[in-house]
Amino acid sequence: MLKIMTLAAVLGLGTATGALAAGERHGGTLVFTAPYGASFATLDVQASPNTQEEFITQAIHRALYSWDSHQNKPVLELAESEDVSEDGTVHTYHLRKNAVFHNGKPLTADDIIYSYKRIASPKNAFPGASFIANIAGADDYIAGKVEEISGLKKIDDNTLEITFTGPINPGFPLMQNTTVIYPSNVSDETAFAKHPVGLGAFVFKEHVPGSQVVVEKFDKYYEEGKPYLDRVNIVLMEEDAARDVAFRNKEIDVSILGPTQYQAYQGEDVLKDHLLEVAEVFTRNIGFNPAFGPFKDKRVRQAINHAINTPLIIERLVKNKAYQASGWLPLSSPAFDRDAAPYAYDPEKAKALLAEAGYADGFEFEVTASPNESWGVPIVEAILPMLKKVGITVKPKPVESAALGDAVTTNNFQAFIWSNLSGPDPLNALRCYYSKTLQSACNYTSYASPEFDKLFEAAQQERDPAKQNDLLRQANNIVQDDAPVWFFNYNKAVMAYQPWIHGLVPNATELAIQPYDEIWIDDTAPASRR
Amino acid sequence: MLRFTLRRLFQVVPTIIVVALLIFVIFSVVPGSFATSLFSDGKHAADPEVIARLNAEFGIDKPLADRFVDYVTNLAHFDLGTSFRTRLPVIDLIADRMGASLKLAVAAMVFAVLVGVPLGFLAALRPGSILDTVTMIGAVSGLSLPQFWLGLLLMYLFALQLNWLPSFGYGDGAFSNLVLPAVTLGVTPLALLARTTRAGVLDVLNADFIRTAHSKGMSETKVVRWHVASNALVLIVTTVGLQFGSLIGQAVVIEKLFAWPGIGSLLIDSVAVRDIPVVQGTILVIVLWFLLINTAVDLIYAAIDPRIKQE
Repeated sequence: MLKIMTLAAVLGLGTATGALAAGERHGGTLVFTAPYGASFATLDVQASPNTQEEFITQAIHRALYSWDSHQNKPVLELAESEDVSEDGTVHTYHLRKNAVFHNGKPLTADDIIYSYKRIASPKNAFPGASFIANIAGADDYIAGKVEEISGLKKIDDNTLEITFTGPINPGFPLMQNTTVIYPSNVSDETAFAKHPVGLGAFVFKEHVPGSQVVVEKFDKYYEEGKPYLDRVNIVLMEEDAARDVAFRNKEIDVSILGPTQYQAYQGEDVLKDHLLEVAEVFTRNIGFNPAFGPFKDKRVRQAINHAINTPLIIERLVKNKAYQASGWLPLSSPAFDRDAAPYAYDPEKAKALLAEAGYADGFEFEVTASPNESWGVPIVEAILPMLKKVGITVKPKPVESAALGDAVTTNNFQAFIWSNLSGPDPLNALRCYYSKTLQSACNYTSYASPEFDKLFEAAQQERDPAKQNDLLRQANNIVQDDAPVWFFNYNKAVMAYQPWIHGLVPNATELAIQPYDEIWIDDTAPASRR
Repeated sequence: MLRFTLRRLFQVVPTIIVVALLIFVIFSVVPGSFATSLFSDGKHAADPEVIARLNAEFGIDKPLADRFVDYVTNLAHFDLGTSFRTRLPVIDLIADRMGASLKLAVAAMVFAVLVGVPLGFLAALRPGSILDTVTMIGAVSGLSLPQFWLGLLLMYLFALQLNWLPSFGYGDGAFSNLVLPAVTLGVTPLALLARTTRAGVLDVLNADFIRTAHSKGMSETKVVRWHVASNALVLIVTTVGLQFGSLIGQAVVIEKLFAWPGIGSLLIDSVAVRDIPVVQGTILVIVLWFLLINTAVDLIYAAIDPRIKQE
């Protein structure tokens, strides 16, 4: 079944990329929706890890690397090429000579050094500091012990040498929203929060707080012939129902769909042919705290995985807007194991495992859950009767989303239900099961397995991507067998788009984030967009 | 009149102090913090170092007593603090949104008054008539309809089906963008005003001085204009004031639904990420607005009815 779903996902990608046919048209206005809040926190995107601000980043900014949705990996963005040392720690970047900031300043190595120092500055407490920490000497800089980051070395204006702490793939940490490059010639840094200046394809035009950000085409953008659009209005629309009306009314060009809308759109001829689907890099799960007696025993955790009819919940509650999880790493991960099978729904086996573990009479536990329809209280309510059948009583403990993070990172839970990042970098995703990773970092289930650690450490040192993925695949299978979580599903993100929109890509890291410079509008668009 | 005005304004101060303290206490005990909320969508792995640095930067790691002293000191200097999320002064964020909120509240109130008061008046003048029955059924419906649902219904009808109006957003401030949110927000005060006006007018119509006016041969029009309207006005003004004062607070749901950039949507976003200075500042402004409108209403009907001033 999973193989079929995998194939379907891949076909989905093919269909989406097929929309990128030739015949691109220049001009027009794209009305794009930002659905993750009623406002933008800040226009200084280096300061914000929120997905909401990534909509601005895509238009205005560029980082040293970017995510290539077609190749499903990070690629060089601001450098034309790079030389890598034999041990994989020193990267020498040959920067684009034609990249210019919106204030007219050409990109130089100084801008990258300035930006990374700003992000890591102990005065700023920016979330991107943890990505910069991969650069040698950054830890001391972040701690305020030194004035410079020793791993950053300017060779000349167009050449930058970065020494990393290990043989990592720097593309993942340096393609982030929080590691974009700002110009080094802006004296008042507070201006970035009101009037952002970047290297992107669009120039900041206007921000109406709580309403929209408007950007316009940058004529000196370094990609020849791009962008196609004259203008992008990034409008804030948090409410699903309101977005649905606006999309049907052709007031917006794209809309991210929830499970109910996904089902409805699939049933309508006008809408069903314009859905872009992708398996995103998030794994929905119920994490078990081993400090809670029954969860110390692997058989109990496995029993819960067998006792829940996961496909039924995905079909009925999630409306098939998900793929059943067969481990931690998701479908779109390069280390995903296509031969691994999910836990089978088998209540009798669950009962037997519980009896073996000494819990034949069952037990009771509470699940800390947010109101989220796809990975919150509604899902916990659905598993109640299933676990009751094997003697386990589950009590939902509803909390607000902000309180969920607090409860989990302070280890204040028996179990929690959450959607967690599990890609695109499999090494970084499995770091959350490495015993040396703090519980408060992302090892939320305090997982510790010497066998896993050995494989993970070997993968950290491996420079051949194929061999590294193989090691990570084996490590992932150990996690699946140990069942520190109930493996629920991998999110299937769905975007509805108007028929006149072209150039959307199946971005597995976050489908809502699209490369505006690739998008174009055809002649069938309403006059207001053309 | 000056003494009355000063006394009413002075009464606002202790209320504001109590509200400010309550807000501080409530948001000191609710679980969750700004730093951990950054990771609550699960799209990034939590980073304890970032959490510690942010808590230190914003003073969240300080003892409660110290934070309380900072809060009170800032308030005493009319400083609402700096937003955790935007790192901009809270007062600037509120100022950015206040115009849209006021525009929405004023438009909703104008709609409610222009429709609700005449309807209530006419219903009272013809009690038991079809107009009276329809008005009262409409008023009860208006009071009981959930605003969120009503908003969606109006969107569906006027945007999607009839294509007369945009379904969401502020646009460039055009009137057409204002209509749907204002009507949705205005329906509850409209219903309340229609009922109150009807009750007030009926009350006055049964008073002795109205019978006297009629017995003196005064025309119906003159009785209504000179006696009924002026005497029912106190009740209407009170209702308008109370409703207008609370509209900005009520608009939270409407602003979210219609993606309207007022302080209601700012408040919701700020609560969700525990941006406490913005939450505190926004609630204080909403409460202050309510108190000032109430005070203004007191002053207006003291002017309309001198007996109130004497009391």
